[in-house]
Amino acid sequence: MSEQEVRPAALVIGHQDFAAGIVSAVTAITGRSDLFRTASNYGLDTRATEAMLRDAIADGVRVIFSDLPAGSTTMAARRAQRDHPEVTVVTGISLPVLLDYAFAAPGAAHAADAAVEKGRAAMMVTRGPARAD
Amino acid sequence: MPIELHRIDDRLIHGQVVVGWGQPLELRFLVLVDDEVAASEWEQELYRMGVPPDMRVEFVSVAQAIERYSTFAADPRPGMLLTGDIDTMARLCAAIPALRRVNLGGVHHRAGRAQKLRYIFLTEAEESELRAMAANGVEISAQDVPAARVMPLAQVLAGEALA
Repeated sequence: MSEQEVRPAALVIGHQDFAAGIVSAVTAITGRSDLFRTASNYGLDTRATEAMLRDAIADGVRVIFSDLPAGSTTMAARRAQRDHPEVTVVTGISLPVLLDYAFAAPGAAHAADAAVEKGRAAMMVTRGPARAD
Repeated sequence: MPIELHRIDDRLIHGQVVVGWGQPLELRFLVLVDDEVAASEWEQELYRMGVPPDMRVEFVSVAQAIERYSTFAADPRPGMLLTGDIDTMARLCAAIPALRRVNLGGVHHRAGRAQKLRYIFLTEAEESELRAMAANGVEISAQDVPAARVMPLAQVLAGEALA
């Protein structure tokens, strides 16, 4: 397998059980449980969360998906990214974002950007038909 | 009541602050008191990223917070003052007589700390510092989010919620 065919290791981090929950949904839909590692900030301050992410980066993670732009998960990811420009951080994620990333071709340079666009496009509001009365 | 909450939270600006408290209190400004953040443009930009456009953030050192507290307190809009540790809040309380109520919002696990609540872990030195603040007339309670039960300091230190 060439380097181009290797998918960058990705990690999903969120509050409480967010990461485990959303990744379990990815697994249920794709049948694959090897696409995303998971982590939680539960019980950790921002520095401890950052240390955990630095360990993950040292272990090969190159894409970090976080749940909330204002969250300590994202703050920690941005801090870790500061010393690791090879790492991409995607925040405000949803299931469509992860699914698009999961189905992107391994090695696709802009898979994270494309997944974010897919996530934006997947959001909609629907309303029932207006009542006659 | 312009500064609605004086909060100790080692995550500083994050979801509980911006969304959990920010929305029900309709917060319009945050005063983040941290010497390290006040000296770093990069850190400030990082925290600004998490704040909605209708919420202003002031990044100040402890000395600047003491000097400008009356201005912050005179702001008619609801605001929150944040510190990342107990010692910083203790220094503010010692220098600002008007600061008499403190919210313990999040002091997380670290080596040497013992668990008191799900979101409060303290060293013996931190416990002593909180007791000293209370002895000097500061009302201290723990509450991570508005919907959670307010725990007075005595109950927090007794670890009653863990029993």
